[in-house]
Amino acid sequence: MNNFVEAIRFIGRNGQIPGEPPLPTLVHLTLETLKIAGIGIGLAVAIALPIGVWLGHIHRGSFVAINVGNIWRALPSLAVLAIGVAFLGIGLRNVELALIVLAVPPIITNAYVAVDGVEPEIVDAARGMGLTGWEILRDVELPLAIPLIFAGIRTAALFVVSTTTIAALTGYSGSLGDIINNETSYHLPGVLGAAILIALLALAVELVLAAVQRALTPRGLKLGGREDLATVLAPVVTEA
Amino acid sequence: MANRLGFPLLPTDHTAHQEGPSAFPQAATLELRSVSKRYPGQRQPAIADLSFRVEAGEVCVLVGPSGSGKTTAMRLINRMIPLSGGDILLGGSSVLQREPHELRREIGYAIQQIGLFPHHTVAENIATVPRLLGWGKDRVAARVHELLDLIGMDPDDIGARYPAQLSGGQRQRVGVARALAADPPLMLMDEPFGAIDPINRARLQEEFLALQRRVRKTVVFVTHDIDEAIKVGDKIAILRQGGHLAQYDTPEEILTNPADEFVAEFVGQDRALKRLGLATLEHVELLSPDGIPTGGGIVARTTTVRDALSQILASGGKPVSVLDDRGGVAGVVTLDLLGTLLGGGALDEAERDFAR
Amino acid sequence: MIVAAAGGPVIPTFGSGSGSFACERANRLFCPGWVSRNWSSVLWPALVQHIVLTLIAVSIGFVLSMALALVAYRRRWLERPVLIVTSILYTIPSLALFELLVAPVGQNVFAAEVALVSYTLLILFRNTLTGLREVPAEVRDAAAGMGMGPTQSLLRVEIPLALPAIIAGLRIATVTVISLATVASLIDNEGLGVPILTAISNEVFKTELIVAGGMAVLLALAADALLVLAQRALTPWTRVKAA
Repeated sequence: MNNFVEAIRFIGRNGQIPGEPPLPTLVHLTLETLKIAGIGIGLAVAIALPIGVWLGHIHRGSFVAINVGNIWRALPSLAVLAIGVAFLGIGLRNVELALIVLAVPPIITNAYVAVDGVEPEIVDAARGMGLTGWEILRDVELPLAIPLIFAGIRTAALFVVSTTTIAALTGYSGSLGDIINNETSYHLPGVLGAAILIALLALAVELVLAAVQRALTPRGLKLGGREDLATVLAPVVTEA
Repeated sequence: MANRLGFPLLPTDHTAHQEGPSAFPQAATLELRSVSKRYPGQRQPAIADLSFRVEAGEVCVLVGPSGSGKTTAMRLINRMIPLSGGDILLGGSSVLQREPHELRREIGYAIQQIGLFPHHTVAENIATVPRLLGWGKDRVAARVHELLDLIGMDPDDIGARYPAQLSGGQRQRVGVARALAADPPLMLMDEPFGAIDPINRARLQEEFLALQRRVRKTVVFVTHDIDEAIKVGDKIAILRQGGHLAQYDTPEEILTNPADEFVAEFVGQDRALKRLGLATLEHVELLSPDGIPTGGGIVARTTTVRDALSQILASGGKPVSVLDDRGGVAGVVTLDLLGTLLGGGALDEAERDFAR
Repeated sequence: MIVAAAGGPVIPTFGSGSGSFACERANRLFCPGWVSRNWSSVLWPALVQHIVLTLIAVSIGFVLSMALALVAYRRRWLERPVLIVTSILYTIPSLALFELLVAPVGQNVFAAEVALVSYTLLILFRNTLTGLREVPAEVRDAAAGMGMGPTQSLLRVEIPLALPAIIAGLRIATVTVISLATVASLIDNEGLGVPILTAISNEVFKTELIVAGGMAVLLALAADALLVLAQRALTPWTRVKAA
């Protein structure tokens, strides 16, 4: 218990330890963590979303799209990070590369399943009414696919935030993970404080993305019950 | 840009109707000429050689057992499935010469599972094709209002609702309204009432007939239910396996003179009764009530002959009194009288009238 | 912070040593010699520890989630709170959760297991509950109509029909745990994470990194495949094609 109290004090001191030379502030480290994660997720979405959506629209590539997701889950993020660092050296670009590799699969898988899974009769009706392929994708498939697409983005975002902190273990400094990696200097209260901040950061990111998802989901879907609590809260795709 | 069959594609202003894509006050004729459809890898063609013509404003029902190609034939018309051979003419011009998307915006499309867009309101669903055609906002709103009225729904209430908030029957009606929205010269309907319970289905069929009397579209209506075909169709095309046309005639012709054993069996052994269902007592010369002891009950003059027969049988064969619309006795029907109706041709004209 | 595994890997300092360590000195991607030399002292124990860690976490998580799901199945009001709590647990990055548990519990396997179990709860709970709910109403109705009590119906009808979804959840949970257990090495000093972290502690020792990382991946894929086979064996009716 004492440790937790000390941890709160540590946070209050913005990460400084009395009697020690100035350390990177918690605010700075938090922002850095966000920046790294943000770049990773942004790039991953830019790469993976169009591919997944397109494959789902033309209903091709299911084997790749779904199995990429399965294999991704099996990759220990620590191992991927470590390998990235091992081969490319320590640096922002290399960490980002590892983050993108880890973030792309869930986005592709979910985007594919979401667009591919729009009820066939709705797409048939749209086509029969004379909408072009592009119009069907933009006006019918995408709006209906938003909940599941976002589930994938949130899964990936969570993963990226998580892995960013782990990056410190592989020698890349500049995130809140540094503190955890450096118990000798910070001692348990400091490590705890950093852990608390990381947890809060992740929850905040989740909540923000959930709010964005809710804002983007068409009203008609929310009424029909397609968007249930589980979809909003939990970022995991379940497949039977 | 030529398509597979060698026809050059005509520019977009060359539409099925002279007035252009956004106004079709008239229904169009539809003609299938030696239409065939073959799927790769299958020995038998889905449709071998199908030809028939639907006059403007007529309801043509495609009916047959599963595998007869009725839905395939319908989907060939709006090019949802590519044609293997033959041609389809809408209002005299070939559908192959039109860009598919533009063709489909001129054809109303109502499918069994309806396929309403869950993320659009009822009003937005109905407005889909008019918006695609570039109608102005006011015109669209007025049209949506008009259609919701037409199908018996409150525009201000239902228009703002989402499909998830509607019952099955309501969704079906909205689906039909959506197909009618751009006032197309041709409507394609694939088992539109198939997913509804029998009671509501009968009601929807009545509403469809009432609607058709008002808007007079050319309709191709697919069903597997011969009774629905007889009730709804001006002409019925009975299809056999492989899209073979077994008979293409009015309902009364098919019931009176089935072309072959397949048709006779498909129509059912009770086709005499079905014929009696096409006429009402208004077409029958009733017997005078004097001297005939009744006791079989009472029916209105607007009752179908078939239901009158049913009443007689229910009472054990006793004659039944027929009332006119003022409640007075117009006459009497007996088992003997009804028994002679079909044989003597007395109902032929009645059956023709019924179709109007 | 990073403690070398018992019996530590033999990493010769670069630039010294005899010719038989040429591969290691060159720090090539894969040195078979090193692998065979350190298999029984480093790699195999790590693998076994990793498997044990995973089995314990998934088993406990499964039992807990199953219990929660069965209760939430009957009492709907429970679903929301459980989902919220397990979601929050799932959202907390592993590194943070491990450390948060170290404070009260200590830097040991127990803390790691508690964290790993927490990560399995959301997936297993949701999948089990969804699987149970997806059982068609008419099937449950028929079971009741035949005179089955609620427990019998559960055991003979509902749970078997929910198995595909349950096992799908088990697959995800198992693979997730295997992945997270590598990070857990930080606080419990066991599992394949140890050689991984050791390999990058001073200078990057590629062979150890590749081999340990690769073993973790293969372990996860093998576990996934095993569970797929188990599902096929347990639910033969899902394999039959419709007539």
